Amino acid sequence: MNLTVQARRFMAGLLPLILLVGLTPLVVTNAYYLNVLNVTALNVLVVTGLNLLIGCAGQISLGHAAFFGIGAYVSAILTATYGVNPWLALVAAALATALCALAVGAPTLRLKGNYLVMATLGFNIIVNVLLIQWDDLTGGSGGLTGVPPLVLFGLPLDTDYRFFWLAWGAALIGLLPARNLLHSHVGRALRALHDSPAAAASCGVPIEGYKIKVFVVSAVYASVAGSLYAHYFGIVTPRTFDIFKSVELVTMCLVGGIGSLWGGLFGASFLTPLPQLLHVFEEHQDIIFGAVLLLLLIFLPQGLVGRLEEALARRGIGGAVMPGDSLEERP
Amino acid sequence: MAAHAALSQYLISGLTTGSVYALTALGYCLIYNATKVVNFAQGDFLSLGGLLFYSLLSGLGLPLVPAFVLAVAGVALAGALMERLCLRPARSRDLMVLIFITVAASILARGLMKTVWGKQTLPLPSISPEIPLRFMGAAFTPQNLWVLGITLAAILGLKHFFDRTLTGKAMRAMAANPRAASLMGIDTAGLTTLSFALAGALGALAGILITPITSLSYDVGVLLGLKGFAAAVLGGYGSFAGAVAGGLILGLLESLCAGLLSSAYKDVLAFLVLLLVLFLRPSGILGVKEGRS
Repeated sequence: MNLTVQARRFMAGLLPLILLVGLTPLVVTNAYYLNVLNVTALNVLVVTGLNLLIGCAGQISLGHAAFFGIGAYVSAILTATYGVNPWLALVAAALATALCALAVGAPTLRLKGNYLVMATLGFNIIVNVLLIQWDDLTGGSGGLTGVPPLVLFGLPLDTDYRFFWLAWGAALIGLLPARNLLHSHVGRALRALHDSPAAAASCGVPIEGYKIKVFVVSAVYASVAGSLYAHYFGIVTPRTFDIFKSVELVTMCLVGGIGSLWGGLFGASFLTPLPQLLHVFEEHQDIIFGAVLLLLLIFLPQGLVGRLEEALARRGIGGAVMPGDSLEERP
Repeated sequence: MAAHAALSQYLISGLTTGSVYALTALGYCLIYNATKVVNFAQGDFLSLGGLLFYSLLSGLGLPLVPAFVLAVAGVALAGALMERLCLRPARSRDLMVLIFITVAASILARGLMKTVWGKQTLPLPSISPEIPLRFMGAAFTPQNLWVLGITLAAILGLKHFFDRTLTGKAMRAMAANPRAASLMGIDTAGLTTLSFALAGALGALAGILITPITSLSYDVGVLLGLKGFAAAVLGGYGSFAGAVAGGLILGLLESLCAGLLSSAYKDVLAFLVLLLVLFLRPSGILGVKEGRS
């Protein structure tokens, strides 16, 4: 195959990961652990999309839980209430989310500065209140139940084990278009945008259009994850999609390494099970979670994977194991 | 109730919550002007203020005034410590990282407050006995007057500080151009800590004043803080006059919306206003127009 150096590096990282994911269900058979792993995969999908936005366009969104929620609720309502085919509903949900993202992003991404973070934060809270108050449609704060499982080749994905393959399949496949987007001319333009908007604009990069597109794509990632979530759990509740979830998602990007796809993967895989692990500490869970986060952000702002990449680069093997790094190309 | 009585009722309750939003928004402005960081722990200053005041009054049995002063000072100290221990040592100067440090600090602070004070709602007494008062047909309590009076005093105090004192002027210079200010011998590091302390004090005031009216628990500041943030954006993020105007307008709009339209969607209004402002006039009512690229 004719692959570029970056593409080979990416595949070199991806193949062991596929192997790891493929072997996991042989070792992990406990339903609870599988459940945590499945949620992790869905978070990876959202975080991959979010990383595209944060890493490339240099913008944060505190509204991705809302896009996650719109995906979940549109899927849930269409299938549970109206009996629409789940796969069709997933596409409809993605379209609806894309339109919402366009409506929020188009006016605010034209502005200099971090107005997107304020707008998405407001948007998330509005969506959350709507999910609670519009109870004819959404089931109110109790949520909406009876969402049917997805069916793939006649096989209903209604167990943790079966869903594992779909969730992690989606999470890994989701890395590919993200990686390709980063390394296409659009990706290069976006990185230029991240480094110097003025220089990018003067080279003829249509800043606004690219930013809005990447924002919409990143929202669609969240929406697809939301649809999968709804069909997996069979129930959606507003609390799952509140502003704290958005904060958690951005945190996963930061802890792993901003703008690095592997970083996001790692951040989601580290932070999703953490509260479950900390559950033994019961009441002190938030304190430990907050403290870990605080220490990481203060002392390791480049993220855990970012730090590893730096260490590898110093030894002269930079990028060999950690390809797909979006922020800088190594020779 | 006659129409004008209803209206003055909305006016009083709107101005009361509006004052609290204004105080909160001022806290955001102080920290933003010093560091350009949006402080997501501002709401937790409110909770902490109310909780400390409660413990000093009911737990230690202190009289009102010392308890009030100590609670405000305590949160000011917490603000200063947050700057010194979390933001100052940060290895990165990237704004995004700094903003999320305040988010992490907020999660940690809520965890600590939950451990110390528990999850339950605590009864915080009003500043003076609850005598029902009437004015233009509207019913209210002395607490409403305390909120308005203390907010006004705090705003006038801040105005005096920024216009008439050397420290206040130095702080304005730092907001305008930190590099030039530090070249002029202004202690920007010290002033940054002071900004956080002041933001903490304002948050404590807001918390002490509003929690007898709403309720007091470890997470009461979350929604109030976010609404104060919306008020700051409405007024023009970073503008002090804008923060006050934005807070009062938001409080009035909310109380009118709850009274005339629907109380179920009352909590959405602040954020609808936030989105509308960002779409139509991102510099806010009184902010400097720097949003357009």
